[in-house]
Amino acid sequence: MATAAASAAASSPEPRAPQLVRLCNNTDRPDFSDRARKGRRYTGRVVNAEIQGRVYPSTAPYLVGREKVREFARAVLSESPLHLDPDAARAAGFADVVAPPTFAVVVQEATLAQLLADPEAGVDFSRVVHGDQRFTYTRPIVAGDELTATLTIAAVKQLGGHSMVTASSAIVDVAGEHVVTAISTLVVRAAEEEDQA
Amino acid sequence: MTAPNFAELTVGDVVAERELTLTRDRLVRYAGASGDFNPIHYRDDIAASVGLPGVLAHGMLTMGVAGSVATDWLGTAGSVRDFQSRFTRPVPVDAAEGARVSVTATIGALDAEARTARIDLKVVFDGATVLGKAQLVAAFA
Repeated sequence: MATAAASAAASSPEPRAPQLVRLCNNTDRPDFSDRARKGRRYTGRVVNAEIQGRVYPSTAPYLVGREKVREFARAVLSESPLHLDPDAARAAGFADVVAPPTFAVVVQEATLAQLLADPEAGVDFSRVVHGDQRFTYTRPIVAGDELTATLTIAAVKQLGGHSMVTASSAIVDVAGEHVVTAISTLVVRAAEEEDQA
Repeated sequence: MTAPNFAELTVGDVVAERELTLTRDRLVRYAGASGDFNPIHYRDDIAASVGLPGVLAHGMLTMGVAGSVATDWLGTAGSVRDFQSRFTRPVPVDAAEGARVSVTATIGALDAEARTARIDLKVVFDGATVLGKAQLVAAFA
């Protein structure tokens, strides 16, 4: 995901201004933007404010793999044996390696895909940047966990020409116990006039 | 590094510092590890086509690296309760040189009753802070 900062780099020396960049040729996801536009029945704003409070169906279970945790830990340059060494993690009382705190984004990703694919939401991925991110943990994610995530749209705000969507994904284990909630604020730039035809 | 002891922490203590270089191969590794394959993080032509100064580090990579500085310090002394950040400034990653980044972890607040410490993470690239309100709350055993 592009960051709000990325957009600032594109145009302005003022980093806080959410001048969003337009992404093209995104090879990772389908281009939801055309679909979103076809479903749009409103003008003058990008995101449908009526999705505030919407709860999406829980995602398919995500099985946290030891090697995935280790790969992620190396990618964020961690040297902690808790993340890398199963014996050290067991010695500390965990069943297996512990995921770094931002690993929850891997599980959260499927919920953000639901939002982007929702034609009623009207979130155009090419106009989305990542404004902020938060993880609130009840317990750490450990390899072997089977996690499901449920997305709630906590807020939709219009700010100038932009929409701010607060997406809150509650992640639970196989017993239904809360593990972590991942909260993203997505900033969506207003559609340009030529896009609203 | 000795294990942190909650009773010995004081607000304002710098508990960990790290200088590191984010290189293009680091970005590719993070893309694979995280599943975030947005091409602005590895393709100059696409970054340029959307008006960016070049390929940028993922905001979540910068946040993740900052988190690692905190959790590597924390070790088994406690666990992460909360971690948040705003993405306020981009980190362009030069193809040859990478991007030199410094991370400083400072005790921002302590709650003696809850035995929690808020660790404030300052990430600096090219003389400027790139994350806003980057704070990790750890609960000590």
